[in-house]
Amino acid sequence: MTLLSIEGVTGGYGGADILHGVDLRVEPGEMVVIIGPNGAGKSTLMKAAFGLVKIREGAVLFERRDITPLRPDQIVRQGISYVPQEQNVFPSMTVEENLEMGAFIRNDDIRPQMDRIYNFFPRLAERRNQVAGSMSGGERQMLAMGRALMLDPKLLLLDEPTAGLSPIFIDQTFDRIRKINEAGIGILMVEQNAKQALAVCDRGYVLTMGRNRIDDTGPNLLANKDVAEMFLGG
Amino acid sequence: MGTELLQLAIYGVVSGSILTLGAIGVSLIFGILRFAHFAHGDLMTLGAYFAFSMVVGLGFPVWASAPFAVAGAALAAMTIDQTVYRHLRRASPIILLISSFGIAIALRSVVQLIWGPHNQVYQSGIQLPWRIGDIVIKPDHVWIVLGAVVLVILLHLFLTRTKMGKAMRAMSDNMDLALVSGIPSERVILVTWAVGGGMAAVAGIFLGMDTRLHPVMGWSLLLPVFAAAILGGIGRPYGAIAGGMVIGLAMEMSTMVINPTYKPAVAFALMVLMLVVRPQGLFKGNP
Repeated sequence: MTLLSIEGVTGGYGGADILHGVDLRVEPGEMVVIIGPNGAGKSTLMKAAFGLVKIREGAVLFERRDITPLRPDQIVRQGISYVPQEQNVFPSMTVEENLEMGAFIRNDDIRPQMDRIYNFFPRLAERRNQVAGSMSGGERQMLAMGRALMLDPKLLLLDEPTAGLSPIFIDQTFDRIRKINEAGIGILMVEQNAKQALAVCDRGYVLTMGRNRIDDTGPNLLANKDVAEMFLGG
Repeated sequence: MGTELLQLAIYGVVSGSILTLGAIGVSLIFGILRFAHFAHGDLMTLGAYFAFSMVVGLGFPVWASAPFAVAGAALAAMTIDQTVYRHLRRASPIILLISSFGIAIALRSVVQLIWGPHNQVYQSGIQLPWRIGDIVIKPDHVWIVLGAVVLVILLHLFLTRTKMGKAMRAMSDNMDLALVSGIPSERVILVTWAVGGGMAAVAGIFLGMDTRLHPVMGWSLLLPVFAAAILGGIGRPYGAIAGGMVIGLAMEMSTMVINPTYKPAVAFALMVLMLVVRPQGLFKGNP
């Protein structure tokens, strides 16, 4: 059963449409990446899957259920978690409190899941009582992913997870994302580091001006001449 | 000179305690709803009069009537939110500010209609003060300061130990992230009003104990309350404690050199000074 299916979505933030009939799907456990030039609507497309975009036409299905009319706080209960690009932590709260907030809607014991996340991001365990606002960009990105994983989602949406990070943190972040994916969690991400992203993903979508341009497997896109010219620096 | 200073410091801590309880509510509401709640002073008045009804009507002691007044003011605050502010969630802060101004006038008129426009007191007669050397302390002053300390500790425990308290901090920190995390914003907003309204009621009761009850008692305290909230960094309830104390002390101490009528002007001057020098407040606010 297809995990996420975006079907012919047209819409934006209330003004002019940004997306024009875009299709995209993510199969269970798959890692899918969206690339494209600035202003192509990459982030908007991902937000459309999370109820953050006004969809005028088309539909978003999650496990074949229509989630188009749902609000973000309802979608998160369906099993999708979203990590915004910026301001993706609660800066005045500690690492541990951030993780707790990620699990706000859970009423059971969140300790085991929190321990799993601390195992997965040892850096967060070291800093569990530190205030998130005082951490480095790379650490914050880990915390943001940790927060989103507290609900043990089936699909994780990542908006440019490596933006603004130093090369060493970029590698680490890609490594963690791959590991999350290996645990069976589907991933849909928008990435500027197209080369690295295409190298780790299963499939990719190239978006231009709010329309589907090319979609193919990661290796095929890496080998594609047009894609190379457009995004991979020749 | 030394005694006078100490005496004024005691008064300062007392009014600082009252201001703190009001400023915490203003700060919490600003942090989560992003607007300056101008009806907060009149919420204090309402709470004070709720207690007055219990004291006069049912013969309750003031302390025993406080929980009812807190519940009443919390309920009033939540009702006002649901009937008025809720419809303006997406409106600009200035629209909300003006509507809270309207609510302030409405509350004041209701208070005047029910309880009359005259000065009233919880207890008539003279309370014998304690004398320590040349220092005079009224028992009420001790209760006011102790009450404020207990409430601040309770608030701290609520904000740091409970899931709902943490969700309030999360919403104040990053509203969008709170929403995508699934934090139920409307529920958190209701709790914020309950906490803010309840604290305001206690502030009103303390003000009534310290001075007298009058329909404009809370309104006239609104300026110092805002000064305290801004001084502490608006949106930061912990800053409100420091802000309340600084404003309270400054207002009382100023009476050594200027006419006491100008006490609110001192608060205002401090607020303006703070906005010019350090707009984020003593503790980094969330404007």
